[in-house]
Amino acid sequence: MSSNRRILRLNVNGQPREVLARDADTLLDVLREECELTGTKRGCDLGTCGCCTVQIDGEPVLSCLTLAAEVEGRDIITVEGLRDGERFAPLQEAWAEAGASQCGFCTPGFLMAADRLLRDNPDPDRQEIREALAGNLCRCTGYVKIVDAVERCAAEHRAFCVARGRTVAPSEQV
Amino acid sequence: MSRYTSTVGSRFPLIDSMEKSSGQGVYIEDMRFSGMLYARLVRSTEAFARIDEVDFSQAAEIEGFVAGLAPGEAGTSNTFGVLPISEDETPLPAPNSLYSGAIVAAVACETEVGAREAALRVQVRSEKLPATLRPKDALRETDHPIHSNALAGTNLHKAVDQEFGDVDGAFEGASVVTGGEFVFDGINHGFTEPIGCIAVPESNGRLSLYSATQVPHYLHRALAKVLEMPIHKIRVYKPLVGGGFGGKSDPFPHEMVAALLARKTGRPVKLIFDRDEVFLNNHGRHPTEYKIQVAADQEGRLLGLDAHSRIDGGAWGSFGVVTTYYNGVLSQGPYRLPSFRYSGRRVYTNKPASGAMRGHGAVNARYALETALDEMAERLKLDPFDLRAQNALPPNTTTLNHLRITSTGFLECLERARERSGWDQKFRKMPFGRGIGLGCGFYISGSALPIHRTRTPQSTVHIKIDVDGGVTIHSLAADIGQGSDTMLAQCVAEAMGVRIDRCRVMAKDTDTAPIDLGSYSSRVTFMAGNAALRTGEAVFRKMQRACARLTGRSAEGFVKGADETYVHLDDDGVVIPFMDALREALADNGALIAKGAYIAPKLGGAFKGSGAGLSPSYSYQAFVAEVEVDPETGFVRVEKIWAAHDCGKALNRLAVEGQLEGSVHMGMGQALTEQMLYLNNGQLRNGSFLDYKIPSPVDTPEIEAIVVESNDPEGPLGAKECGEGALAPIIPAIGNAIYDAVGVRLHEVPMTPERILKALERKRKIQEKAGARP
Repeated sequence: MSSNRRILRLNVNGQPREVLARDADTLLDVLREECELTGTKRGCDLGTCGCCTVQIDGEPVLSCLTLAAEVEGRDIITVEGLRDGERFAPLQEAWAEAGASQCGFCTPGFLMAADRLLRDNPDPDRQEIREALAGNLCRCTGYVKIVDAVERCAAEHRAFCVARGRTVAPSEQV
Repeated sequence: MSRYTSTVGSRFPLIDSMEKSSGQGVYIEDMRFSGMLYARLVRSTEAFARIDEVDFSQAAEIEGFVAGLAPGEAGTSNTFGVLPISEDETPLPAPNSLYSGAIVAAVACETEVGAREAALRVQVRSEKLPATLRPKDALRETDHPIHSNALAGTNLHKAVDQEFGDVDGAFEGASVVTGGEFVFDGINHGFTEPIGCIAVPESNGRLSLYSATQVPHYLHRALAKVLEMPIHKIRVYKPLVGGGFGGKSDPFPHEMVAALLARKTGRPVKLIFDRDEVFLNNHGRHPTEYKIQVAADQEGRLLGLDAHSRIDGGAWGSFGVVTTYYNGVLSQGPYRLPSFRYSGRRVYTNKPASGAMRGHGAVNARYALETALDEMAERLKLDPFDLRAQNALPPNTTTLNHLRITSTGFLECLERARERSGWDQKFRKMPFGRGIGLGCGFYISGSALPIHRTRTPQSTVHIKIDVDGGVTIHSLAADIGQGSDTMLAQCVAEAMGVRIDRCRVMAKDTDTAPIDLGSYSSRVTFMAGNAALRTGEAVFRKMQRACARLTGRSAEGFVKGADETYVHLDDDGVVIPFMDALREALADNGALIAKGAYIAPKLGGAFKGSGAGLSPSYSYQAFVAEVEVDPETGFVRVEKIWAAHDCGKALNRLAVEGQLEGSVHMGMGQALTEQMLYLNNGQLRNGSFLDYKIPSPVDTPEIEAIVVESNDPEGPLGAKECGEGALAPIIPAIGNAIYDAVGVRLHEVPMTPERILKALERKRKIQEKAGARP
């Protein structure tokens, strides 16, 4: 394994960043250790729990299975990038109000997956929500209040994303 | 007069929920210290081996290698354990390594990548010993016992034998006897946050350990013992914890190893587990073999219960002595039993340790009992609800083993689960493949007997209020996501008559918090909640006296009014705002401080093991599951769950529902998919979430949480537990629903498609044979 580090240019939450990384470093490593964005959680390092979900060019991606070097120049959004300055995204507030976080460790990953769903679908039914979140594990809530949270803020969250220019479905992007 | 409005009984979001939604919450892996080293562990590849030599010479060639820690070094063979009666864990082998995956040595390096490389290069020379892997083998005499404290030259760790009433007579006179033998695989807690800690040597000779733990106090004690340091020189700090469920409720070897490495290097040492290491650490639900017989008369009155369990403790004691008792004594409710016999055996084996997990000790036994009752109802042609209702323990009684029953909402649980689930229209009335089943339960609200028999209260809470008017609550109750910080704030705000957003909870630091025994045995709301209420009440009395000084009226005449005021009962005109009363209370005094504590009442009989299962109160459950079973594949789809639980009083309805829903989900995992599997050499086969299958959002049905409130006379504002008891009933509810669907009773849990198909095949053969007879 090479321990040589080189400079990577990443675009994280709308900010260009230069970080030092090894070829083998995952995006999760770099976000947490180099960018000091610790909101993205490491639950398994094997792509099985979804805790490390971030978005790359608007699509949810497991950052533990993504090499940092692969995503140079692409738009990376983490849980820290969901809010607009002082204002939290409606999804983040709904998560709290609905009781969707207990221990909270899976929350950032779920938020990134749910945000993706709501940008495309402002009125998902409960089964659609469950399917969109199928790659994320929560051991505390039994998912009931997670689905509640997504359901209750769907329209509002989409409007918030529209206002921030985060509406276009990735498949429509060139 | 306008009345004080409170959060109690409302749907109140957890006070730290925006920390979690924002990503700003700090968990153990998010912490770092300057000069911090990274530790990695070297783990055993043998199930049982004497460690003769650990050689770090090749590891030391890795750039950034700083130190290794090997067996034999100071502190590494000092024993510890959560129960003082079985302190059999050591930080490193002393000299035997007890299971495949056990920690053998450790390295500390400047980088995490370096530490991983270095750990791979550590050479371990060991002598293989004959391993004991199966519980039945563990009962034989051996020249190589896993622990010297095992009984009579075997690997038997704990034996419990209890008998109350005339059991043999009850069975002789019975009209119906049901039951059988059941086998349960071990399961893991599966919290999403891997275990981890950071040990920091302080410049003043102290040592701080930051750890994802449910039990800061027990960890504090264990560190002092292993490090041979005065306990006041050690500080334990708990950051946000990403779930526990019992899996972070022991002091662990890796915490000792990190502390020893920090002391050895003089630098902070961070040690975070990979997911497979969480499985190897385990301390999860015991693999269990359970035999049960239940006797009843022709009318369905229960006459007796006779049960035997053999539980696989793995390599260490952990909470296992308690588990051995709980497998019997927690079957004494929610039904009246005139006779009861139980024998339990816990054995050591060369596998990852078993310990406490949500529903500790009650879960597997409950499946056996509730399955036997379902069969009994069928044999007696009684509805399963009616059978249970007619045997319900009445309030204010005592069980045979001296459990004191006070409040009970069991009958209401039964009524509401039956009605909400549409039971009477569905049971035995749905097409083949579709079924509905009932499972019930009861659980302790905290163990009345503390682990350490001291006169220290089980929970103490401190409050400090200064001129800013913020209420700082100090406690060592460990919030692990269940919301205990919120519960403490609710209780204090309620007792003081102030808005909850004044309250800030500092429940994380042994330097500042008074002792609380921690988050296990469903004790926190009942015990820490009572302590918080008493502390808040002490503050309220000080505020009453301040109001009296300000107005010349009687102190006791002041009550809590609207909008944070104190109002005198005699005269509506006298209203003192909280901040005015506070300023008077602080004048010439400085910060207002108060203390309150909770000690469980003395309970129980005068027989061996009488302490097990004693609790100041008990929760009750009646759960219904509706399932669809595919007879071709054996696949079970759970369609809906109705979970009625008596929590005494729902201090926070949102949090109570969350506990019920989470318990149901976890129980469903044990019921259908979760199992720890081992190779013949004792190696864990499935230490990942790919192979250890926790139900996903699409596997989990809608869960209707039905909150029943019996208002306990001793609970804080009437509350009892809701976080553990709600797990056990779902497993038999699903099992009994499978029987309703396809007519087979599963005696092995989890009820995997393979096991269901096997049971269907067995049933088909029996029917064929019966059909072939003339």
